[in-house]
Amino acid sequence: MINKSATEMAAALKAGEISSVELTQAHLDQITKVDSEVHAFLYVDNEGALSQARAIDEKRKSGVDLPPLAGVPLALKDVMTQKGVPTTCGSKMLEGWRPPYDSTVVTRLKENGVVILGKTNMDEFAMGSSTENSAYGPTHNPWDLTRIPGGSGGGSSAALAAFEAPLAIGTDTGGSIRQPAAVTGTVGVKPTYGGVSRYGLVAFSSSLDQAGPCARTVLDAAYLHEAIGGYDKLDSTSINAPVPPVVAAAKDGNVKGMKIGVIKELQGDGYQPGVLKLFNESLELLAQQGAEIVEVSCKYFDYALAAYYLIAPSECSSNLARFDAMRYGMRVGSGSAEDVMNLTRQAGFGREVKRRIILGTYALSSGYYDAYYGSAQKVRTLISRDFENAFKLADVLVSPTAPTTAFKIGEKANDPIAMYLNDIATIPTNLAGIGGMSLPSGLAEEDGLPAGFQIMAPAMQDDRMYKVGSALEAALVSKWGQPILASAPKLGAK
Amino acid sequence: MDSKRGWPNPEVIRAKRGTLGKVTLMSNISRDDVANLAKLARIDMSDNELDHLSNELSVILDAVARVQEVAGADVPPTSHPLPLKNVFRADEVRPSLTPEEALSGAPAHEEQRFKVPQILGEE
Repeated sequence: MINKSATEMAAALKAGEISSVELTQAHLDQITKVDSEVHAFLYVDNEGALSQARAIDEKRKSGVDLPPLAGVPLALKDVMTQKGVPTTCGSKMLEGWRPPYDSTVVTRLKENGVVILGKTNMDEFAMGSSTENSAYGPTHNPWDLTRIPGGSGGGSSAALAAFEAPLAIGTDTGGSIRQPAAVTGTVGVKPTYGGVSRYGLVAFSSSLDQAGPCARTVLDAAYLHEAIGGYDKLDSTSINAPVPPVVAAAKDGNVKGMKIGVIKELQGDGYQPGVLKLFNESLELLAQQGAEIVEVSCKYFDYALAAYYLIAPSECSSNLARFDAMRYGMRVGSGSAEDVMNLTRQAGFGREVKRRIILGTYALSSGYYDAYYGSAQKVRTLISRDFENAFKLADVLVSPTAPTTAFKIGEKANDPIAMYLNDIATIPTNLAGIGGMSLPSGLAEEDGLPAGFQIMAPAMQDDRMYKVGSALEAALVSKWGQPILASAPKLGAK
Repeated sequence: MDSKRGWPNPEVIRAKRGTLGKVTLMSNISRDDVANLAKLARIDMSDNELDHLSNELSVILDAVARVQEVAGADVPPTSHPLPLKNVFRADEVRPSLTPEEALSGAPAHEEQRFKVPQILGEE
């Protein structure tokens, strides 16, 4: 049963073929079996998960009408607060912290009867593209344990690929849902900014951060999106509008007559040939289903990475000032409050977090503000305009999700300039606040590792991504004869 | 600079480091600059970290300084993807954390208050 989709699991639960306790236990057993190799989880909540599952089973027995995902297990990225459950953000700074409140995403998961298995590994405070920046050690890609699972949400995507959970929550500031999905052969969606509440999401870069669904199929992601999405008065940047009809769109999957825009600037140099080949084959499949493929140009995208690495560190340097050793988290040393802050932040933050705080502090300092942060904000405007113009020519825009397949653990750990390039195709959507989805496009011929196909849609038109994603997924699975993860290596032999 | 991608080619940087020992950079962040930034950011960095970071920051700043090329005076800045306005709510009593819950993660507390190290000087 653990190899099925969340939608299939939900159907089996509804039909009484399996109980939520049995389904939850099967996933906990899989975690016990494979997580010593994968290290997707920072915390497994055995008792909490089973007690949630028991409550759902009892409700179902009593004949209450339950939401679609009731009783299905999920893995939660460790950047989301869950009351009483350790939340570290992959940092020593928050080791042992048990938040006194639920994030809105967790509240909605609980309302929907989704069973939370535990917290997944991530780059510290969501800063990274490989999960190597976790203070608790890296997560390993289930396709090849010597390789990275992407980041920052590598734990969530690896948990899906290792069948430790059928659903997961991620957060995406520059690609942290989509790039891990791409390199693990899973599906990940960054909804429109403001589409899912940020209340209880530990802030990295507040104007870019967005929580979203991770799954193994497009339809599963859609169900999770509807469960967690929608207006929340606890988040002042939450959009007060209904969730776009993403489940209906995923079920429809009809792309006939849709215009699909290929972004010229997001291909070519720097992209692995096998990744590009899969991307082009995917385009062909969409064309065969009646979509019209057009080429569009977004000339300011070349500046997106530069703008992002000013805006995100600037906001991070401000947001992470809250870790001051006074109200929660680590406290180190003695002396004055300032001494204690200095010592605690030195001991509690890892290398990448410090690098970005210092970079942001520099970009925001007087004398440099206009040249760096101010200019980056202008580039942000230019990128949004590029998107507006491109969406006049196409219903959705597409690109490879990440330029390469998964690289080796350690390969880029000491080279931030190379590491940041992983997000070159995902960052523009964060800057513009629009939605982006990644789904598997196949296995690259050079290395047999998964690659991702990215679909982008205008703000609050997230359903378009699901329609196109679902159409492509159906065509690809029928071509392969099985879901992509059926060809992943078997884990847990040790 | 690899103009096609708007980002320096990491291999070129690595190669330059190998042959020249040090890359010639436009941005030059000194060790003292980094020490000052670390002070502002309240991080007690080690000497080793300061050395390392001044070199890294110079490379990163060279890469990101490109934003200045297209940021003309006629382009308005975007600070946020949504048009933001203040959100108000009625000033009503509503459920909140208990003092015990609010203090549950505190490194130290006393009499329902956060206990912090000395903030003010002796005088």
